[in-house]
Amino acid sequence: MKPVTILDYGAGNLTSVRLACQRFGVEPRMATTAAEALPEGALIFPGDGSAKSAMAAVHARGYDTLLKEALAAGRPILGICIGMQLLFDWSGEDGGVQALGLLPGEVRRFSFPGEPSLKIPEMGWNGVHFHREHPLFRGIPQDTPFYFVHSYYCVPSAEALRLGTTEYGGTHFCSVAGRGALVATQFHPERSGEWGLRLFQNFLEWDGREE
Amino acid sequence: MLLKRIIVCLDVKNRRVTKGVKFKNNVDVGDVVELADRYCREGADELVFYDITASAEHRPIDLEMVADAARRVFIPFCVGGGIRSAADMRNALLAGADKVSLNSLAVQNPAILTESANAFGRQCVVLGLDAKRVGPSPEFPSGYQVYIQGYRTPTQWDVVEWARHAVDLGAGEICLNAIDTDGVRNGYELEITRKVADAVSVPVIASGGAGKVQHLIDAFQEGHADAALVASMVHTDGYTCQAIKNEIRRTTSLPLR
Repeated sequence: MKPVTILDYGAGNLTSVRLACQRFGVEPRMATTAAEALPEGALIFPGDGSAKSAMAAVHARGYDTLLKEALAAGRPILGICIGMQLLFDWSGEDGGVQALGLLPGEVRRFSFPGEPSLKIPEMGWNGVHFHREHPLFRGIPQDTPFYFVHSYYCVPSAEALRLGTTEYGGTHFCSVAGRGALVATQFHPERSGEWGLRLFQNFLEWDGREE
Repeated sequence: MLLKRIIVCLDVKNRRVTKGVKFKNNVDVGDVVELADRYCREGADELVFYDITASAEHRPIDLEMVADAARRVFIPFCVGGGIRSAADMRNALLAGADKVSLNSLAVQNPAILTESANAFGRQCVVLGLDAKRVGPSPEFPSGYQVYIQGYRTPTQWDVVEWARHAVDLGAGEICLNAIDTDGVRNGYELEITRKVADAVSVPVIASGGAGKVQHLIDAFQEGHADAALVASMVHTDGYTCQAIKNEIRRTTSLPLR
């Protein structure tokens, strides 16, 4: 399997992502700056927390340039949770945050006025509807549930970017996005049981081409 | 559609899972990591591990156990017991836990909720809340009083007021355990579960009392719970989470994994 670098920017807990790699025999490089990332192979861009502080850390550690160059070079990239959100142009969190702009679109907060039974964040398992075949989804049944924890969701500006959709409180949001060798999930594949691990393994085995 | 969760609770002593009634008469169920792995394969949506002797022994949670569980468990899991500070919490999260449950500590030092929510995100911060039925009074308008230290110590808090306050401070989820029904398998305490679930903006887990599949259905439908905790049913009564879900599906349209 190809080498893997996990980008640590102080946003959330990377232990489970590292353990998921190890489960498939990959010892990932844990980078704390772009200079520590391996020069080839896949990048995993995880994270929890707020967009503003996360973006500041992404710039400070040089990950903005690293991710742009990796995308141009066709290196496989997996964004997870806030890692997915930061790949878009702009996030509505923290009064508005300019993000990486690797995927066109924006990030909005759930809003369910008059519906107190709909909790924010969405926390728990929810089905993902795949829009087309993709190496990431190989062997995974349509509408499989994955584990989500999030208050914000991505709105791609081009439908072609949308690989998977999930519904919460009547909002049909983009739960998997992709463009070339860049893929991103709003859910946590490393916390989503058997099928989450399958998706994770599919990513680790992927050469970045859409076939 | 967001699915209702079934969470398996593992009370752990020396890396063995035990099951008791109201924290007494514990029986040995098996090795914690082996059981955790089995429950994942059998359809659990989440696990919670309580190190039940850590507090009494004045030691931190068994981090080696947490790390061993994390190598086998690839669904979310929460840990509790022996968490005395944000530093203890950080260690548990770095060992691989997704969430940490705070109970007595949160009552004694409510600022820990804000501190940990700011440091780790509120999705990591689970408020464990032990509720005892006392009947409605000016002091306890919900009719339920908060107890701490393994049901030994009453507090001045009304259950709904404490739940609201804790969420304002930073709790991201509430595991509501009813003292009167815990371990007796006659069903969850639906009244207080519903009052808390309707009062707060975060998910509520019904805990204490599950003995039959109907009890979980009641927790979701009558108790408005987002998740239901089971222990005896899967530890000693021969159920699997998948079997529980299949039976729920036969009689309801509740969304499940």
